[in-house]
Amino acid sequence: MSEEKQSSKKDVSASERPVPVPNADSRPYWDAANHKSLAYQRCDACGQVQFPPRGHCVHCHRGPLRWETSAGRGEIHAFTVIHRAPTPAFRAAVPYAMALVDFSEGFRLLLNVQGVALADLRIGLPVQVTFEELSNGQWLPQAGPVS
Amino acid sequence: MTIRDRTAIVGIGSTPYYKRGQSAPQTMIELVGKAVLAAVEDAGLKISDVDGFAYFGGGFDTPALMETLGIPEVRYSAGLTGTGGGSAGTVGLAASAIVGGMAKVVVCVGGLQQVAQRYGTFTLGYEPTAENSFFLSAGLVGPGHMFALLARRHMHLYGTTREHFAEVAISTRLNAQTHPDATMKKPMTLQDYMAAPMLADPHCLYDFCMESDGAVAAVVTSAERARDLRQPPAYVLASAHGGAREWGRALYWMNMPDEVFASSGHAAVARRLYEMAGVTAADIDVAQLYDHFTSQVIMQLEDYGFCKPGEGGPFVASGAIRFDGGSIPVNTDGGQLSGGYIWGMTHVREAVEQIRGTAANQVRNVELALVSGGPSSLPVSGLILRK
Repeated sequence: MSEEKQSSKKDVSASERPVPVPNADSRPYWDAANHKSLAYQRCDACGQVQFPPRGHCVHCHRGPLRWETSAGRGEIHAFTVIHRAPTPAFRAAVPYAMALVDFSEGFRLLLNVQGVALADLRIGLPVQVTFEELSNGQWLPQAGPVS
Repeated sequence: MTIRDRTAIVGIGSTPYYKRGQSAPQTMIELVGKAVLAAVEDAGLKISDVDGFAYFGGGFDTPALMETLGIPEVRYSAGLTGTGGGSAGTVGLAASAIVGGMAKVVVCVGGLQQVAQRYGTFTLGYEPTAENSFFLSAGLVGPGHMFALLARRHMHLYGTTREHFAEVAISTRLNAQTHPDATMKKPMTLQDYMAAPMLADPHCLYDFCMESDGAVAAVVTSAERARDLRQPPAYVLASAHGGAREWGRALYWMNMPDEVFASSGHAAVARRLYEMAGVTAADIDVAQLYDHFTSQVIMQLEDYGFCKPGEGGPFVASGAIRFDGGSIPVNTDGGQLSGGYIWGMTHVREAVEQIRGTAANQVRNVELALVSGGPSSLPVSGLILRK
């Protein structure tokens, strides 16, 4: 039924939406987002990529870890369309799409998919990162159609 | 050294399964206390015999329970970490305390009262933290949303359909209709299921468990002592909890590799459970599988070896989980989808009833009953009871 509607609206009540809380591990990720850049960690010792960001390499425990910039291209690994808003903050956005997106560098994020018709959502759909501004000025990585 | 077959559940007690908010003005501790007293009475013990508590998901205030119930001394008070995953495993925790000689009569208890915070939006009860920042801002606020992602992947990988989810909902509702304590008794057809509002695609209203208030308690003691008490013992053949790193934080992470992503996270625990018990899925006569979501019942059937991975949909479509004629009746009391949702503990109660032969929907010739704890962030858990 909802497939006939337009893609998810963006006009969520920004003042009520939870804003991210950076810590020492994640601050570079959130800072990069403020520069419209998608950052992820790679281990210098074993070369593997990890998300969420940590203070050490979760694969080899050696490191050091290096922050890299993603090309921002990925594909949908799984998705759901939320039809009932859990809080007033998300009511205006319903129905909205959430997806786990596998980025080409090898990490996975949970994002809203915006600008894609709900009927077009599918596992394997190529998407690219977009950025959305929250109430406190923090930019939040999201996903949108490949341009 | 093993806990296998060394202890038994000798008493069970519960409050009514209230609809969310309807338990007021009773407090949570009152509900818990009532369940504990009922379980002790059922066992033919005195409350002063209780000397231990085994919890999960945060548990309760042991000295407050001692004070209000009249328990003179406690020698064991511990709980499984995590959230709903540990329900079945509390019985194993109690068994380990008793076999280890730390306590003699241990009460396992779970209770819910969703007055302040609905479990469906539990993450909103959290302060935003660095960890939850990666999903809160995107609006993923509840298990229904999170498990919908897994359900969608399962459909993609294996061709599972909404009709398969509906079969779980319908089979469970049928069981609720003939159980005196079950809450939802209105008949459900496939048309009813398909007409239900979609909440988090592919999960509609009937794919979600109920929201209930209540408490359920089970009293565990040694197998030797169990033989002298009031009820036929439900022996703890095996119990295990924990799980593999690949499932890990599950809902809070979801980086699981495909082998476990579209699963219930129970495979590692199921393996150890069957190994401890010395049985396989073919030996289980009735299964109480944690049904927060229909899709997760299908995945637990796979993880517990009742069918191959990916075949859970066709398996339920064959009628295998039906009380009437099924090869492995599931959630015979109406489960959490239609009976009552007390964070997994109603499944422990129903398994004991099935072993005793006193269940409202009694499966014939039950020797072994399986209970699973909630698929969630680790630890998850399992339990096998025997007659």
